[in-house]
Amino acid sequence: MMIKLTGGKVYDPANNVNGEVRDIYVRDGRIVAADPNARVDQEYDVRGKVVMAGAIDPHTHIGGGKVTIARTLLPEDHFKDEVAHTEITRAGTGYATPSTMITGYRYAEMGYTAAFEPAMLPANARQAHMEMGDTPLLDKGAFVMLGSDDFLLRSMAEKQDFEFIKDYIAWTMHASQAIAMKVVNPGGISAFKFNQRKLDLDEQHVHYGVTPRDIILTLARGLLELGVTHPLHVHGCNLGIPGNVETTLATIKATEGLPLHLTHIQFHSYATEGDRKFSSGAVQIAELLKKYPNISIDVGQVMFGATCTASGDSMRQYVGSKNADPKRWVVMDIECDAGCGVVPFRYRDKSFVHALQWAIGLETFLLCDDPWRIFLTTDHPNGAPFYTYPHLIRLLMDRDFRRETMLHVNPDALMYSTLPHLEREYTMYEVAIMTRAGPARSLGLKDLGHVGPGARADITVYNEDSNRERMFEKPAMVFKNGDLVVRDGKVIKVVNGATHVARPEYNRDIEKSLKSYFDRYHTVRMENFRLSDDEIIDGGRGEIIVQPTRARTSS
Amino acid sequence: MTAQAEGDRSGEPTGTHIYNNVTCPFCGLLCDDLQITRTGSTLKVNNGCPRATAGFQRPLPAAKPLIRGSEASLEEAVKAAAEIVRGAKLPLYGGMAGDVANARAMLSIADRTGGVVDHALSEGQYRNFRVVQTSGWIMSTLTETRNRADLFVIVGSDIHKLHGRFFDRIVTPDETMFESLGGKRTVIFIGEGLDTSAATGPRIKEVITLPAAKDRIPEVLAAISAIVRGHPISSGGEEVKRNSLLASFLGSSGDEIAGVKRADIEKVAEKFKAANYGVLVWSPPALSMPEADLTVHMMTEIVRELNTTTRFAGLSLGGNEGAPSAASTCTWQTGYPLRVSFASGAPEYDANRYNIARMLTDGEGDMLMWVASIGTDIGLPQTAVPTVVLGTPGLRLAQPPTVYIPVGTPGIDHTGQMVRCDNVVSLPMQNLGRSQLPSSADVLAAIEAAL
Repeated sequence: MMIKLTGGKVYDPANNVNGEVRDIYVRDGRIVAADPNARVDQEYDVRGKVVMAGAIDPHTHIGGGKVTIARTLLPEDHFKDEVAHTEITRAGTGYATPSTMITGYRYAEMGYTAAFEPAMLPANARQAHMEMGDTPLLDKGAFVMLGSDDFLLRSMAEKQDFEFIKDYIAWTMHASQAIAMKVVNPGGISAFKFNQRKLDLDEQHVHYGVTPRDIILTLARGLLELGVTHPLHVHGCNLGIPGNVETTLATIKATEGLPLHLTHIQFHSYATEGDRKFSSGAVQIAELLKKYPNISIDVGQVMFGATCTASGDSMRQYVGSKNADPKRWVVMDIECDAGCGVVPFRYRDKSFVHALQWAIGLETFLLCDDPWRIFLTTDHPNGAPFYTYPHLIRLLMDRDFRRETMLHVNPDALMYSTLPHLEREYTMYEVAIMTRAGPARSLGLKDLGHVGPGARADITVYNEDSNRERMFEKPAMVFKNGDLVVRDGKVIKVVNGATHVARPEYNRDIEKSLKSYFDRYHTVRMENFRLSDDEIIDGGRGEIIVQPTRARTSS
Repeated sequence: MTAQAEGDRSGEPTGTHIYNNVTCPFCGLLCDDLQITRTGSTLKVNNGCPRATAGFQRPLPAAKPLIRGSEASLEEAVKAAAEIVRGAKLPLYGGMAGDVANARAMLSIADRTGGVVDHALSEGQYRNFRVVQTSGWIMSTLTETRNRADLFVIVGSDIHKLHGRFFDRIVTPDETMFESLGGKRTVIFIGEGLDTSAATGPRIKEVITLPAAKDRIPEVLAAISAIVRGHPISSGGEEVKRNSLLASFLGSSGDEIAGVKRADIEKVAEKFKAANYGVLVWSPPALSMPEADLTVHMMTEIVRELNTTTRFAGLSLGGNEGAPSAASTCTWQTGYPLRVSFASGAPEYDANRYNIARMLTDGEGDMLMWVASIGTDIGLPQTAVPTVVLGTPGLRLAQPPTVYIPVGTPGIDHTGQMVRCDNVVSLPMQNLGRSQLPSSADVLAAIEAAL
């Protein structure tokens, strides 16, 4: 069946198409080259509308234990947003931590067709994938967390051969069905279990003697040599601490040319100017990033309102629990593998600290001049729920709207940020990079994030509207694999998306060491720790797409 | 749908097979290191606890679908069940004893038909959920505890009887990751009559029991809570006077609190403070004192206080009959941990109102669908409304259901996934080829399709 989208204004940065009027042809779920002679079965007139690939969220907590803990913790968060079923959609609940089906529907209704869970614990991988399996309309994938797991830290402390460590990294990606790897407060989650309350970049873990710097470099180099496309995804040390910009700058310098992705960098860009010893470090970060083209970032923008923070960073979340609102929180130590902390939070526009966090995020967006290296995120739900993206896009594209919004936030906070002086407005092309082409390239998603021939036909059509918030919150049409699934911002058809994984090469002998390790110490057998393909495919409900990796190398 | 369910036994398995790394569905620990030998349809457990052995080795009686007591084909039974569901204004979906696929299928049909979902063992789980939903907690998991804990405090729960391998696997393992930290364990039992026999061997440094009666355990916990917060409860004179309110609350007199020597409680509290990584362990169903959620809350507040200086965590066991699988799946799909009504079309949550046991007692609901695919004890509650039971053959039923459909057990008759009691780890369930019985999820899907 041939579908034609006629006359849309296409923004497709991966193919250097910047707002030109193009027709797009779709056959059997994929975009095909224009063929004026082809018999068109279904034509959509999209003249005057904006056409982009389906948007991709490269960092959003949509599945896994900590999200379900957050859901359990705050029933009142759902009371205000209960959603009835329809003929085609299931019932569920929204707000800060929406239920799985509602997550899928609302992302699609906002023009998103892929979303990536960035903090899957190996020990919780099965549940993360079960939850993602219940998230319709989206392609998905997960970044598996290492860096506070006993096996890695023990191997580093014992100075194991680097090839052995690489085999373990690759094995973990296979076993947990991951597409990338994340490190969260490197070593710090483990250190907290040993009652260490703080772990700076060059501070030694009290038991293993390794430092966060060692851990970051080991994992980053390991992934590079394993040929995994997405670089190590780093949630750095000292999240939320005034002065942590120094740690972040040191982390960037530590890479020595290795690729790295620094996530929710807003939470790691705090300086100590002023009476309150809290100010923006966004300028310093943006300046340094210009010298380090190997580093990409996402922002973790804060938006005002109630949300629930959910992180693997048990050490920092425990400290943050004193600001819980409401006063109710969960911290867990997990399986000598990882941890988590779930702390509800309310960002207030009149609060000095929260307004400054908001300003630092926007500053970061506006100061970073390479949209290929910065991705639009709120670290859902940590900075804000993902539904705030259209509002955020308007703040970035519309200087007047931004100025108007600044009038309502704590004025003292704006004195410690350069935001009031920034004139930049994001272009449509830059937004398309930041929400489509950039994440697809960074994650190594071969056929996603663009609308050139060969791409999966994940396409979003927006009504042109000078109010960019209105434009981005309610697309006219969304196609998933060529199926029209959303019309006028409402789901009209439900399909399931695929799960993207990466499978770097490894030496199977690692399983001999791991088998003995699991038998000696764990409560789960290695064979059962591994998640099989069948569990994701689940009789046809799911699909696995293996994204390519480069050949393995050694240094 | 399947050979055996239709009474055709030609599909009966033959030969001898050995299965390794088998996950056991019969308690919330989900031990996954079992080796099981199957000969025909008979299973033999080579290394399980008594509960696992009884569960796997139970001879499976032949069972056929029944409609009002008469044998029927699976198709007929599915059709009859669909008719009952279709005729109901407020269908109740209870039991829920199964794997994640079962929970998904029950939520799907409940959503479609405006029903209520609840698990047979929710009462125990709600002792925990009420605490999470009012104050949160700091918790550990099985592997973390096994390797790290130097102090185990078992509260009001006869863990060795309930979870036969807990001590063997978690408290007294042959090896731990951090021998210098959690190598030697002190085990404290709070509550009388608890089986302490498994707290033995080279790993155990000391075993202490504070033998309070079950309904007075909260008093002992209150005293420990006071001490760890820096409020002395003994030594007479001014301090006791200052804490007279506390003392009267504790109902204590002289040198005893809840029949336990004050000095013993103080010694125990000091051990709490001195631990590197202490773990308070309970099994929610065992906490049968009134308002047991307040007992759980007292434990989690002790844990919270101790974390200001050292590391301490809770560990909740229980979780039998797939209760964590049902609660977790319901939470990720609806935002609420069971006791959800879809009657309005949207999920509505009320932990008291949508307690299915209460609803049946109070005459609410006009149909009960009951799934019990694991153990034989999750019998149908007494009720006058029409009932559809999807149960393991041999399920104890106080009354004959309107429609009965025999189903397989996850991890024995079909594959699946289940969530462990710590709500973090989930495990794959193997098909051991015992029978051709359909899964409850498949039967539920067939009923939903027939609506």
